[in-house]
Amino acid sequence: MSTLGFVMLCHTAIHRAAEVARHYAERDCPVVIHVDRRIGRQDFEAFRASLSDLWNVRLISQYACEWGQWSLVAASQAASEILLREFASVRHIYLSSGACLPLRPVEDLREFLDARPRTDFIESVTTEDVDWTVGGLAAERFDLHFPFSWKRQRFFFDRAVELQRRLGYRRKLPEGIDPHLGSQWWCLTRQTLSAILQDPRRPEFDSYFKQVWIPDESYYQTLARRYATAIESRSLTLAKFDFQGKPHVFYDDHLDLLQRSDCFMARKIWPQANELYRTFLSAHRRVETTASPAKIDRVFALATERRTRGRAGLTMQARFPNENWENGKTAAEFTVLHGHDDLFEDFDAWLSRCLATRVHGHLFAKDRAHFADSQKVFAGGLSDAARLRDYNPGQFLRNLIWNTRGDRQVFAFGPRDRQEIVPDLLSDANARLWIVTGAWAAPLHQRNADFMDLRKEAAHLQRIETELLEQVKSVKTRAKVQILSLAEFIQKPMEHLQFMLDTLAGPQAQRLTEAPKMRDLSGLQQFVQNLKNQGMNPVMVGELPDETVPAQSLRPTGTKPYLVK
Amino acid sequence: MKVIERYGLRLQRKRFRIRSVRKSRELLPAVDRTDAIRPDHILAFVTLRNERLRLPYFLDYYRARGVSHFLFVDNDSRDGSREYLCEQTDCSVWTTQASYKRSRFGVDWTNYLLSRYGHGHWCLTLDADEFLVYPFCDARPLRALTDWLDASSVRTFGSLLLDMYPRGTIAEGEYRAGDDPFEEACWFDSGNYVIQRNWEYGNLWIQGGPRARMFFAETPELAPALNKIPLVKWHRRYAYVSSTHMLLPRGLNLVYDEWGGEKASGVLLHAKFLPSFAGKAEEELKRREHYARSREYEAYASGSSAMPDFWTRWSERYVNWRQLETLGLMSKGNWA
Repeated sequence: MSTLGFVMLCHTAIHRAAEVARHYAERDCPVVIHVDRRIGRQDFEAFRASLSDLWNVRLISQYACEWGQWSLVAASQAASEILLREFASVRHIYLSSGACLPLRPVEDLREFLDARPRTDFIESVTTEDVDWTVGGLAAERFDLHFPFSWKRQRFFFDRAVELQRRLGYRRKLPEGIDPHLGSQWWCLTRQTLSAILQDPRRPEFDSYFKQVWIPDESYYQTLARRYATAIESRSLTLAKFDFQGKPHVFYDDHLDLLQRSDCFMARKIWPQANELYRTFLSAHRRVETTASPAKIDRVFALATERRTRGRAGLTMQARFPNENWENGKTAAEFTVLHGHDDLFEDFDAWLSRCLATRVHGHLFAKDRAHFADSQKVFAGGLSDAARLRDYNPGQFLRNLIWNTRGDRQVFAFGPRDRQEIVPDLLSDANARLWIVTGAWAAPLHQRNADFMDLRKEAAHLQRIETELLEQVKSVKTRAKVQILSLAEFIQKPMEHLQFMLDTLAGPQAQRLTEAPKMRDLSGLQQFVQNLKNQGMNPVMVGELPDETVPAQSLRPTGTKPYLVK
Repeated sequence: MKVIERYGLRLQRKRFRIRSVRKSRELLPAVDRTDAIRPDHILAFVTLRNERLRLPYFLDYYRARGVSHFLFVDNDSRDGSREYLCEQTDCSVWTTQASYKRSRFGVDWTNYLLSRYGHGHWCLTLDADEFLVYPFCDARPLRALTDWLDASSVRTFGSLLLDMYPRGTIAEGEYRAGDDPFEEACWFDSGNYVIQRNWEYGNLWIQGGPRARMFFAETPELAPALNKIPLVKWHRRYAYVSSTHMLLPRGLNLVYDEWGGEKASGVLLHAKFLPSFAGKAEEELKRREHYARSREYEAYASGSSAMPDFWTRWSERYVNWRQLETLGLMSKGNWA
């Protein structure tokens, strides 16, 4: 005679429940099934007929079961009583659902339980220790009344909770009750279960738990603590819940995962997962693969992470975060160089060689996006067309960084470019801006043009740059910004460049062997003075020394100009 | 959103529904096999014109994924599409010669059929060149997805319309009925989509892709919309507003997460650019029955060469849904 019996609660997909019940019954495990009364009479009779050849299966259909309601407990009580009464040899009672599937042979489970004849397997933890309760109701489940259905009458449910909270209402717990919660799928010994069901105070407990929210997660879990001699607080049934407290469903493609889970039972199984049912209900299956239960946790933890946090820097049809909810405005760090290419000739080619990476030109230039190597189309199919880019510049940048994940992007920016992107750059913690203010003066002072026009342009560029610096000061700025004036920069250009390279390339940064060629700055000081004389103060340029930089200080020589390492 | 605006949308929805009933008089049943629809069937609704070549693969594709019944509106096909569909035992066909444009590009017809036959079903509303890819579609049938959506109390499933194109100009090559269109047209743009929110209806408005890159570089605001909500647990009160881009009531358009997370979503592979495209573009341009005065087709025809070559060295070659997931074009959400 078997020492293990099953209580099954079935709601839908009863043909699958029948298969599983037959599996147990044929392996000498009595089964008592409670079928949801909402299943039609006809289906129930068909179900009964399909199992009529099995002597150790009993069917009842007393309660219309609803999630989170007492009816689920009542159904399991009724079925358990029958099991205890009619199958005297049963020592362990396993509560399962119609969507449960045994992952290991029943014989394994029986052996396991025979070795632990006095142990109750029921997850049972105090309300302070659970972090998985839905809707933030943990302790309150026991303290408040829940007259309304959470699924069907959410509005009234919420209002009732609110009202009781506001009134400071608390239910009185029955004497000797210490609230515990846990998975509703348990495996109890005859002693413990019968003690719960035959307790003279049962009417008192039942009437209390009828008003507790989700009593099937607390009724047995609490009462078992009163009677059990040895509780092992875990469920033998593998059940994974998503962030909304809804059970994850297993499909055929989870076969491998389930085989490695090392659990006795899993729920929920998709009713049409033919492969799973065929494999796990086959006659003589032995566990052959190595168990790695952690993998299951990882898969489902990742799913929750994907649903709740998403991938940083991605916008798509299923993810469009409100401002400040992006978890990172872009996918990776990137670098913006403001002004350097005005000071040096072929600066991006030089930097590209130093960093062994792609360096773009002015991505936000007015004529087009200057991708590295003058490409017309770049990663992900980004077009260099100015209109397309300016249609949504923030998205253009986000796309660029997303498309090139794992490959740091560096691009030039300046006051001659479209400035609409600036707020996006500055509010992005992934952005690193190196700004040399007043660098626009370097190409300007050599240009062959009327001085009045040059002055006008200088004023215009300076206005844009001032605006940029104003925005940098904003509290919204999260980018890392380094600002130097032209005058400061050209005093020690090699040092600044080396510092920038070290920051960009990290510990692998190489000593500068080749300096970029600086534009001829002779006469710049005079040009700036002329601007001043004409009434414009080029503050962004800074205080230039009387003599422009001596050319040799730019040439890397045997002596190291920069000795920090 | 103000009460008065909400009420405005409600009136609009009612107007659409009344309009769809009025427009339903244009539909003549050719074959009506809707008796065969069972309560748990997944249905597909398609409006088409001259798609005989694509239909065999289209039907096979969706049958294999678990669509049980197809409801077609045939808008005056001349290439045997109607006859072919009438032979299929899982298709019901209505036919009309009325104006596509004046039925708001088929939406009125579809809304009518949806409210008549789709109530309570999971319904796919598609064009004959759209192929739905959803998470785990290689291992799980559509029913697994809809069961999961049901269990999550989700009524709509969003997707991106992903334009697929071949390498080389699309006049080359040949497409025979029944062929997988993505054998040739297996390339796509992976990351040049722009999204903005449509506050009125609460949906996202997505543009971009190869068509924007090639034809709308100067007028990006006119580029075609790529956001689609093709899969809906239909209720007779619902109405599509414009193609399958958005629905009313507007809560149905919230197929995206606003707080940083990702909802489960799919991709509609768009097999628009097949070798027969050139002829089609010319014809559609003449008919002037398409959205916004057929601007799109105008752009195709005015391209420098008659046949565009969308391919670049950055084009991605389609492999499977997991690739699209990794590229960020769709998401598993919390389906695992």
